[in-house]
Amino acid sequence: MSHSSHILVCRGTACVSGESREVQAEFEKQLQERGLGEQVRVVHTGCFGFCARGPVMVILPQGTMYCEVRVEDVGEIIEKQILGGQTVERLLFKDPVTQEVTEKIDDIDFFKKQVRIALRNCGHINPDDIREYIARDGYKALGTVLAKHSPEEVINILKKSGLRGRGGGGFPTGLKWELTRKSPGEVKYVICNADEGDPGAFMDRSILEGDPHSVLEAMAIAGYAIGADRGFVYVRAEYAIAVERLTTAISQAREMGLLGKGLFETDFEFDIELRLGAGAFVCGEETALITSIEGNRGEPRPKPPFPAQAGLWGRPTLINNVETLANIPAIILNGAEWYAGFGTEKSKGTKVFAIAGKIGNTGLIEVPMGITLREIIYDIGGGIPEGRKFKAAQTGGPSGGCIPADLLDISIEYDTLLEAGSMMGSGGLIVMDDSDCMVDIAKFYLEFTCDESCGKCTPCRVGTKRMLEILERITEGRGTVEDIDLLKELGHGIKEASLCGLGQSAPNPVLSTLKYFEDEYIAHVRDKVCPAGVCKKLSRIRIVPEECKKCGACARVCPVDAIKGSPKEVHEIDPDKCIKCGQCIEKCCFKAIKR
Amino acid sequence: MEQTMSEHDEKLTKLNRVLEQYAGKPGALIPVLHEAQKIYGYLPEEVQYHISQGLGVPLADVYGVVTFYALFTMTPRAEHNIAVCMGTACYVKGAGQLVEKIGGELGLKFGEISEDRRFGLEATRCIGACGMAPVLTVNEEVHGRLNADQMGELLEKYKNTH
Repeated sequence: MSHSSHILVCRGTACVSGESREVQAEFEKQLQERGLGEQVRVVHTGCFGFCARGPVMVILPQGTMYCEVRVEDVGEIIEKQILGGQTVERLLFKDPVTQEVTEKIDDIDFFKKQVRIALRNCGHINPDDIREYIARDGYKALGTVLAKHSPEEVINILKKSGLRGRGGGGFPTGLKWELTRKSPGEVKYVICNADEGDPGAFMDRSILEGDPHSVLEAMAIAGYAIGADRGFVYVRAEYAIAVERLTTAISQAREMGLLGKGLFETDFEFDIELRLGAGAFVCGEETALITSIEGNRGEPRPKPPFPAQAGLWGRPTLINNVETLANIPAIILNGAEWYAGFGTEKSKGTKVFAIAGKIGNTGLIEVPMGITLREIIYDIGGGIPEGRKFKAAQTGGPSGGCIPADLLDISIEYDTLLEAGSMMGSGGLIVMDDSDCMVDIAKFYLEFTCDESCGKCTPCRVGTKRMLEILERITEGRGTVEDIDLLKELGHGIKEASLCGLGQSAPNPVLSTLKYFEDEYIAHVRDKVCPAGVCKKLSRIRIVPEECKKCGACARVCPVDAIKGSPKEVHEIDPDKCIKCGQCIEKCCFKAIKR
Repeated sequence: MEQTMSEHDEKLTKLNRVLEQYAGKPGALIPVLHEAQKIYGYLPEEVQYHISQGLGVPLADVYGVVTFYALFTMTPRAEHNIAVCMGTACYVKGAGQLVEKIGGELGLKFGEISEDRRFGLEATRCIGACGMAPVLTVNEEVHGRLNADQMGELLEKYKNTH
């Protein structure tokens, strides 16, 4: 049966929290009631990436994109667009700055500069239906590999493509496969690392939610290439929807004979098991992840031996991240040269970023390597909202560092980011504006790593705690100039002496903010001022006399009666009484109260 | 009392079934603990002991694993568990203010549950809904694009539901 229209409703986590499930159900109900069930098909898809405007949906064949759709809007969309052939203007995308309205998804700036390889199916197919994946050449790469290529040829294709690990390390994928293949051993394993723990990063989650089969297919290809017949996906238990879709995908693949024994009528067999994490950031580190699958506390092991030599249960193990794997079927089908055609000399292909924080279009994007930070933030991300000024972007989460405004034109590559004192990381990109305090941000990340340190090695366990104590001192106004040197010394020591990647990178947020924003640290310790007004004990709230309209709203809301002045009089805050709760700032309609 | 006994038996039967299913499988401890926590809501010592016996894993190892991972808990959960996302995106968009407000209304700090066990407040790691920051979850439901002023209404909704 052919349908004349398709309605694609995003069912990623963000849109679901905006009730996209209810919107989809309402569409189905109303279409049935109007007898349109045969002509219009409603499909739920994975993430479009446009999370800021969720719930989003696209109507095909027109390609019309609607944003922030509510259950109440469903009737109007059916009436106007499906029956009347017109668009519902008020639900179209409106540029927050220019107010310009764009109808078609392909014309929106957010999508125009993107090159979607790892995300090729996200937002296009129903992830709960394996047939939709197959219809877009799904499992064709596995079939091709089994029929035409030797394992060595597969590895060569990957090596030529220049693909590097997308989980943060950036190790060449083809080389990793080759090392695991060459490791002696009868039994080998493939692991997909889906323990995406960086706060602010949701690339892997979106791929698993939107296109789980691409990962499963790539794991089977990996199994063939290295000589393994079993794989594990280690996914965070917090990702409820991703877990659900993976479970469905694995069972559908088994039913269709795409996982299991005798794949594509060859002797090759491969099956995949799902393992849930239990809330430990350190398990994203490959050796800790392996220890966790074995049923133990997720503590890392010293390397070498590398997992490729002795991994899960002591066997050679290939461990790749979700995004890395999602690229592989596309590379096999289109060729290594095609993939290597994107990106730069040393960083080939594309990278998925989760952009969040103080940015207009938060969401998920895939861009060619070598794009500049400015293009990401201003052209795709729509700039900084509320007319504020860009201050820094944090990449690589708690392991990475920040990139300040004068490096906005930096080309996004593995090596350039490292040189700048940050790192590619898994792809989280948090934008900060001038109302964010960099010392506070550094403290935030240190709190995170200090809490997540597994405790196995002393430099990380004790060192991060000491660094955090110093940062607390500084943000509370008890810091000294010597503290800054101590932070640097400790930071370098922890980097060198820690056992695993968590500890080795934990000081990065502090060191990189010190590199670019040392003046903010100095303001905290010497002048006892927080320039951004974030650190409460160092901020002072004042009323700008010229802007005060003498209404008295601030005095009424103040919980400690710190605001003096009767109506018709310019008000004043008593700094000794003020507890800096900020309620008056929110209450003042004239924005006359400032930190 | 009789009913609680039968409830007890029912849970134990479920747990035993899980233990049977995983018996002899390498690396079974963590999946079994996940299942057990689904059955009991938390992992009290007795349950850990039972699992240790069932899988033939030393109790010390079971306890070690339970206390290592943040998602495993040894205290009973509240009826409505409010988990505020403290990921970076939510943090810079004011998750702290949500916590202050909720904490004030319910008289709770992170990790505490109310005396009547109706509400619990906890910080959660990034749930990946950064596009809707700041977010929180109540039980399994995700609420996004929040500000402190909406907290009263949100809590009211759950106060009236069981």
